[in-house]
Amino acid sequence: MRHLLSTEDLSLQNAIRILDTAEEMAAVGEREVKKLPALRGRTVVNLFFEDSTRTRISFEAAAKRLSADVINFAAKGSSVSKGESLKDTAQTLAAMGADAVVIRHWASGAPHRLAATDWIDAAVINAGDGTHEHPTQALLDAFTMRRHWAKLAGIPSTGADLQGMRVAIAGDVLHSRVARSNVWLLRTLGAEVTLVAPPTLLPIGVEKWPCTVSFDLDETLAKGVDAMMMLRVQGERMNASFFPTTREYSRRWGFDDNRLRALDTLGLKDTIIMHPGPMNRGLEISSAAADSPRSTVLAQVRNGVSIRMAALYLLLSGETREPAASSHAANPNATYSHQESH
Amino acid sequence: MLTRVVLNQADIDRALTRIAHEILEANKGSQDLVLLGIPRRGYPLAVRLAAKIAAADPTVDAAAIVGQLDVTMFRDDLSHQPTRPPYPTQLPRTGIDNKVVVLIDDVLYSGRTIRAALDALIDLGRPRIVRLAVLIDRGHRELPIRADHVGKNLPTSSSEKVRVRLEETDSVDGVPVNEVVIEATA
Amino acid sequence: MAEQQQHASNSGAYLIRGAAILGGAAEDLLIRDGIIAARGPHLDADGVGVGDATVIEAAGLVALPGMVDIHTHLREPGREDAETVETGTRAAALGGYTAVHAMANSTPVADTAGVVEQVLTLGRAAGWVDVRPVGAVTVGLAGEQLAELGAMADSRARVRVFSDDGICVHDPVLMRRALEYVKAFDGVVAQHAQEPRLTAGAQMNEGEVSAVLGLAGWPAVAEESIIARDVLLAQHVGSRLHVCHVSTAGSVEIIRWAKSRGVNVTAEVTPHHLWLTDELARSYDPVYKVNPPLRTDADVQALRAALADGTIDVVGTDHAPHPSEHKECEWAQAAMGMTGLETALSVVQHTMIETGLMGWADFARVTSTAPAGIGRLQDQGRPLEAGEPANVILVDPAARWTVDPSKMATMGRNSPFAGRELPGRVVATFFKGHPTVLDGTLNTPYRWPDDAADAPAVRS
Repeated sequence: MRHLLSTEDLSLQNAIRILDTAEEMAAVGEREVKKLPALRGRTVVNLFFEDSTRTRISFEAAAKRLSADVINFAAKGSSVSKGESLKDTAQTLAAMGADAVVIRHWASGAPHRLAATDWIDAAVINAGDGTHEHPTQALLDAFTMRRHWAKLAGIPSTGADLQGMRVAIAGDVLHSRVARSNVWLLRTLGAEVTLVAPPTLLPIGVEKWPCTVSFDLDETLAKGVDAMMMLRVQGERMNASFFPTTREYSRRWGFDDNRLRALDTLGLKDTIIMHPGPMNRGLEISSAAADSPRSTVLAQVRNGVSIRMAALYLLLSGETREPAASSHAANPNATYSHQESH
Repeated sequence: MLTRVVLNQADIDRALTRIAHEILEANKGSQDLVLLGIPRRGYPLAVRLAAKIAAADPTVDAAAIVGQLDVTMFRDDLSHQPTRPPYPTQLPRTGIDNKVVVLIDDVLYSGRTIRAALDALIDLGRPRIVRLAVLIDRGHRELPIRADHVGKNLPTSSSEKVRVRLEETDSVDGVPVNEVVIEATA
Repeated sequence: MAEQQQHASNSGAYLIRGAAILGGAAEDLLIRDGIIAARGPHLDADGVGVGDATVIEAAGLVALPGMVDIHTHLREPGREDAETVETGTRAAALGGYTAVHAMANSTPVADTAGVVEQVLTLGRAAGWVDVRPVGAVTVGLAGEQLAELGAMADSRARVRVFSDDGICVHDPVLMRRALEYVKAFDGVVAQHAQEPRLTAGAQMNEGEVSAVLGLAGWPAVAEESIIARDVLLAQHVGSRLHVCHVSTAGSVEIIRWAKSRGVNVTAEVTPHHLWLTDELARSYDPVYKVNPPLRTDADVQALRAALADGTIDVVGTDHAPHPSEHKECEWAQAAMGMTGLETALSVVQHTMIETGLMGWADFARVTSTAPAGIGRLQDQGRPLEAGEPANVILVDPAARWTVDPSKMATMGRNSPFAGRELPGRVVATFFKGHPTVLDGTLNTPYRWPDDAADAPAVRS
């Protein structure tokens, strides 16, 4: 892995590798000294073209726990807002010696551009791009689900996948990078995904996605759900006629107290309720649901740091330059040399 | 390639029995002992040593004194090697503060792994004493580090490959030395 | 010699020996004094005064009428950092064109007689092709008030094609009035069919790919609904309508239906829409960002079939050069458009001729005769016969070349075909009997006489 741009092209092997590494990183978070020297001397730039304090501090905590130097570059108030291009910004960061760029951008595909061009030769981590993807969010969601699913099965989560887990994702799928990243990753991990949304908030072409689509949240719950993920709905969508009123949205597609009670009635005692945050309490999720023992909202935040540590470590710790294929051929033991270097 | 086996299964077992007794002797008993194996093969060696210590001292619960210490993230060659995912670190429930920690590894060579292990250990707590036990010491140290307990001193050339094979990880016990033959190329 | 040709004589005489006329039988063409002086097998054997002619051995080459682009963006005046009339028309000559229609979305907009006359003058000063200015339909392309269409029609530029291209004339009343008004001088309204509300913020074709990429969708219905409305309007008021860059299978069906009802509508397709699909957007490389967007393979196949059966009348390049900084950025930030003048012939050969859908005679129809007819160009798109204006190109259909935008004459480096191997090469372009291109490279421009008449008026 050179970059982490999307979950669509993340192999099962690499997904499990990130999740397993995150398990080890999580253990570090429980220690007295929550710091590892692994990325000492490496520079991680948080390049944020869109405000997101939560994601930014999560990446910052992750990089710092790995002893990397962190530079925060917020586009607002910087030369970027004065018209400097992404290319110039990237070249500036390259000149400063950035080893990794964590990029959050309002434009879908901006991280792909950084990775595909010669503007900068650094590892690129997509921290959310437009309405495209948010791979570390999906990974931390999967991490949270996997711990739950493995515990129910009585097996260790390390090495496990999500085979057979039923996950429903409800809300504004059309504009959600979280939904997209989750659909691809959860499919890779073997979960069964159902998207629940008003038809106006589903993209044209969703029928080709590897998931089921429903317009009816109650019907979806009745069929059985192991993890219920609510997506943030922005009230301003109402003004663009995606739905008539927030109240109507909430009644039909929000996880309210009635639906929370329904989980018990339906015998879904182990179903967890997830939300990527920040929540609109009373719109897509009721306070009772958000604060119930089923809610994994805070665990998701905690796991976010572990996942981002794993991603940074796996992208940055390897050889600075990819070895040429010929050097592998010349020394077939090279790959395993760490087992020999005592 | 010339292969010779320097230790077989019985040799390994004998060496570990001796090391177990040396550890008890050096510590004047089993008081505060914690054995931390370094992945991958240091850990099964630590488990075996703990069992032998428990056999010698029935007050010892073998499972309660053994743990695993991953040093991956503390290595000084992370940016010169392919990425390696970390192994779990598992400490005994008693922790390591004020304990006598014996680090266990299969082969002592440059000493860099042990340097990393000492750093990793210090981030986890403050042991009273840290000792080092290895199955093979093959020399060629690059740091001022030496082992307290050694199964076998094995003078080698640095072109040789010393591999420890254990049943737990490699389904067979033995220490083969593969002398790498560099063929002349035109 | 070049100096001599520039000043003393535009042409001299050229004997094209053994070219396949429209891909048919090999014959000779004698070009002299701006016209095709003679056509026939073995002209020098017949001895009709070819002694002073420069001989061009054209065995294996196809002779075609000079191509006419109904849809070019030359950017001048205003965006000379993107293209100038000089560079754009050099590209046109190299691509086999002898006339281009320069779209009105310059700065200032070509919405007055003054601006269209300026563009005409720039085109003549360059001398590589006949530059025919397109006039804006509405003042400043703002879609609010009709521009002075009559003044532009009566100007020295003799404008006959009016378009707000880049922006749709979406107000149905304004569109109706424009269609009606241009009847007074046999004009045509070339519509950029894009319903603006359905395409607010649109980035690419709306479908499976946009759903995955999270790029705002440009639905086919936004094009088709405008075309449907416009063909009905054109029928109602009995006017001539041209539909720019048709991009969807649904649009093809509507146009086919309209033509069957006798509506006076013509339609255009770009080379890129005949080949490329929205799958390319997966790279997020803005070189593939264009308006209307690249569609699906089903659309591509429908467009090819429609061009072959005449439902779509012409190939128009929509040549849209952009400075590199407008493409070296995020997809959503990038400008829409692709260069096309220097690849159009090859792409049409690849998609239409090598697929067996069309022959070279059809090629001449869709790239020359039909667009000249839409633009009412008197001396373009003519048969390759004795006495006709010598706007002729020679094409080597067996040539293969790899597209390298850095070697193009256009200032735009935004070719979506970069790196692709294409068939077909323009060997020579004769514009008014003068070779603007020889041996596949630029020769010298045609020099208009100081007393050249205004742009030729209506031909019907």
